Amino acid sequence: MWFIIICIIQIMLIPVASPLFIGIVRKIKAVFQNRVGASIFQPYKDLRKLFDKDEIISADASWIFKFAPYVIFSITIIIGASIPIFSTVFKDNPLSDFLTLVYLIALSTFFIALAGLDVGSAFGGFGSSREMTIAALTEGGLIFSLLALAFEAHSSNLFIISDAISSISLISFIPILLAFLAFLIAMLSETARYPFDNPATHLELTMIHEAMILEYSGKRLALIEWAAANKFLIFLTLGANLFFPWGIDTTMGFISIVIAMFIFLLKILILCLFVAVLESSISKFRFFRLPDLLFISFILSIIAISLIL
Amino acid sequence: MFYANISLNCFFISLLLFAVGAFGSLTFNRNDRLSNLFGNSLAIIASIFGIISSLSVLIFDSAFSYSINSSLPLLSLSFNIDRLSAFFIFIVSLIALVSSVYGIGYAKHYYKQYSLGALGFFYNIFILGMMLVVSSSNAMFFLIVWETMSLTSYFLVVFENREKNNIKAGSLYFIMTHIGTAFIMLAFFLLYQYTGSFDFGIIKNNIGNLPLFAKDAIFFLALIGFGTKAGIIPFHIWLPKAHPAAPSHVSALMSGVMIKTGIYMMIRIFMDIMPDAPIWWGVVVLIIGCVSSVLGVLYALTEHDIKKLLAYHSIENIGIILLGFGASLIFWSLDMKPLAITALIAALFHTLNHAVFKALLFLGAGSVISQTHTRNIENYGGLIKYMPQTAFFFLIGAMAISALPPFNGFFSEWMTFQSLFTGIRTLNTGVQWVFIFAAGSLALTGGLAAACFVKAFGATFLARPRSKEAKHAKESGISLRIGMATLAILCLIIGVFSGFIVKIILDVVHGLSIFNISNIPFSSNLCSFRFTDDFAFISVPFIFISLVLIVTLTFFAIHLLTKNRKVTIGRTWDCGSDLNGRMEITATGFSKSIIRIFQGILRPTKQNLIEYHGSGYFQKTNTVKMGIKDVYHTFFYYPIQEFFLKISGYIKKIQSGNTNVYVLYIFLILVALLLLIVI
Repeated sequence: MWFIIICIIQIMLIPVASPLFIGIVRKIKAVFQNRVGASIFQPYKDLRKLFDKDEIISADASWIFKFAPYVIFSITIIIGASIPIFSTVFKDNPLSDFLTLVYLIALSTFFIALAGLDVGSAFGGFGSSREMTIAALTEGGLIFSLLALAFEAHSSNLFIISDAISSISLISFIPILLAFLAFLIAMLSETARYPFDNPATHLELTMIHEAMILEYSGKRLALIEWAAANKFLIFLTLGANLFFPWGIDTTMGFISIVIAMFIFLLKILILCLFVAVLESSISKFRFFRLPDLLFISFILSIIAISLIL
Repeated sequence: MFYANISLNCFFISLLLFAVGAFGSLTFNRNDRLSNLFGNSLAIIASIFGIISSLSVLIFDSAFSYSINSSLPLLSLSFNIDRLSAFFIFIVSLIALVSSVYGIGYAKHYYKQYSLGALGFFYNIFILGMMLVVSSSNAMFFLIVWETMSLTSYFLVVFENREKNNIKAGSLYFIMTHIGTAFIMLAFFLLYQYTGSFDFGIIKNNIGNLPLFAKDAIFFLALIGFGTKAGIIPFHIWLPKAHPAAPSHVSALMSGVMIKTGIYMMIRIFMDIMPDAPIWWGVVVLIIGCVSSVLGVLYALTEHDIKKLLAYHSIENIGIILLGFGASLIFWSLDMKPLAITALIAALFHTLNHAVFKALLFLGAGSVISQTHTRNIENYGGLIKYMPQTAFFFLIGAMAISALPPFNGFFSEWMTFQSLFTGIRTLNTGVQWVFIFAAGSLALTGGLAAACFVKAFGATFLARPRSKEAKHAKESGISLRIGMATLAILCLIIGVFSGFIVKIILDVVHGLSIFNISNIPFSSNLCSFRFTDDFAFISVPFIFISLVLIVTLTFFAIHLLTKNRKVTIGRTWDCGSDLNGRMEITATGFSKSIIRIFQGILRPTKQNLIEYHGSGYFQKTNTVKMGIKDVYHTFFYYPIQEFFLKISGYIKKIQSGNTNVYVLYIFLILVALLLLIVI
């Protein structure tokens, strides 16, 4: 019974909590800009409002445009259920292989890029082109930074990685830090954050993610926004629980899970703060400087791997 | 014994039927319809027999060999069909079966234009040649059937001979394939020199006589010879020209199957016939794999001829296969046989997968071409509304080749990754870096391939039509759709049941004498695949089921929640202008940023041709030509050409054109010869 309850928590936590953290990042950014800012629960209200609205679909759109939001959203649900959030007891989940995770993300990127092309607006096309360029170059850094952890843990299962990293000594932690830097760059790229993309812009010269979803409205836009929030939280969780997994529950005890939840919340908040500070203090990079950054991510993870082996 | 008889008989019946199909369709040449129907139907039946024969070998282990002695010395028509051969016969027959079904409908647009008898003849002989290439066990016989395969495919490349470009492509193919064959012949002659036989079995037994340098020489000769056929960079230049020129169902066979015969022979020679490969062989193969995969996909991105794009992807996938194969060679030379088995399975699995999805993509491209009569992606657009089924099948192919779960490309790429990871984990520093480099290239390749297929699918099927032809396209005929549907279903089935197929391929690998060991580093069953050291675990059926389940659940949940909302059909936001087909992104535009990022390798060029009105101030026309400069042309073929021109320049000096001088040459030679005899 208890196991079923924590299973349900594991599956539901990412989609339920994800809009909150988007709200928190926005709030922190607002504070930096000397604004009051919207409530941290605003993203929930936005979603609700979007679900309530009627929808306009372009006459040029095919079934891909209509189908893509469901795929993208479902993939974030599947991934959200198979990563270590507060406990590592779900080791037997066959989806928790890190390569599977990377390829599932690729699947969702593939569909969102197709949806961007589908309506035939110039914005959508350029958004897709930029998204696929960045995604192709991010994959190396993402795979290799997680690979460094897999080598340290002798397993590519995310839960086992989390378990193993929590018990290593501080000295062998240096390569993990390098891998974390690499992961951080890949994360900012995958979640369409500064300096890769500006989640708050609709300026045609710079937007990537927003350009692809420009034609969406109503429930489909809600799904895509929600999926983007999920993806953001998934990457924050991976960053927190794979690289700094201290405090994560391994025993399934009630107390230890409650503690793990609090520590999880704390770690995510710190990462949110970091993202918000980053977004308030640097500007978006020029598109053709981004490959350099992604290459740095790749090199950092290779250095991490060579230190671990 | 019973099964051996079945497979033997089926094999020969299949060969016979291909021959009957070939000559039959030539006989009916006068009647286009009959000729087409006869040639393809016989090919279909023959392929079914081929599949039965190979499956019986694969499942019941009924390997057989058969030999017909001929009156000529050194030549004997000997077949040896072990599991490795059977595996490739299976791939040949499978793709041949689907292509032939497709061909019945596809060849219709050649009626009254080209000779259908010739098409049927060369088509059947071509498949026959491939079947024999992967089953012959005598070098002489092998060379004959290899030539048969190459020549018939040449005739198929130049089949649409009214287009000048096809003839040029054919000539290039003809030259390159024969350069390859020359290297292969040299390799076999060297083997004959030291072992005294052309029979693969005897060569294998006497291989100990081979001195070290001969071994290395044979390695290079065979690598270049078979690599030319497989399309490894830099010997690939014929591939992106020849494959698009052939009729689409033949392109499917050439890209899906023919280039794999090169892989087959590499495995046969390096792993079966010649034991004890030094480690650097594997390193060389691995590096070639890296270069081919990355450059293949980069050049594919620059293409906007749909079939050329697919052809470049064949080079990329051959690269991925070689990554697995090279890793296997390295593990084997370090005596880590269990790991070598894993890597070889990854390579073979990818060989099967690539055959299936590449054939699917070529058939899909053919279906589009048969409607729009152009290969230029820029003239497509919006075809998903006119050809919904073709679009769906092409999408599945595109997802499979981009290695997206749950389709078949995903598993083999996953396994190749794992083999490379194992190499990084277990090997010592020097070789480790090669593996890191290889895994890095594979990651980059995977990402770029996805980008390229978003481009190919998006520009072809999505948005609005960009030409009149695209606007008037209709869904293609039933036989074309059956062909594509079969392969699309196979993409899913092979992907989902990969655990089971790994078991079959494991038997294939066990069939090689060097890998006849029982300990393997993974356990695999219908629903999962797990490394015994628990490094990685995957279950494609689970991925598939959870995807289907969650997508369905989300769909119905959202539907229930929002069923009262109206959906209006509107126009795409156009900033107040009149939106037309020219305002959406093109394939060139899509890949522009990637080309710019990789401009160090791709060297994009831009030519601006401006025509002015009389005064020279106002432009009449402005043409921009964008292209790329191929590195292998600049750094490989061009220097060779320069070298030969220089040599020819020196030799030219003795050619004065004066008859007296030539008489003098003859006289001098005569004197020299006489002296030679006297001394």
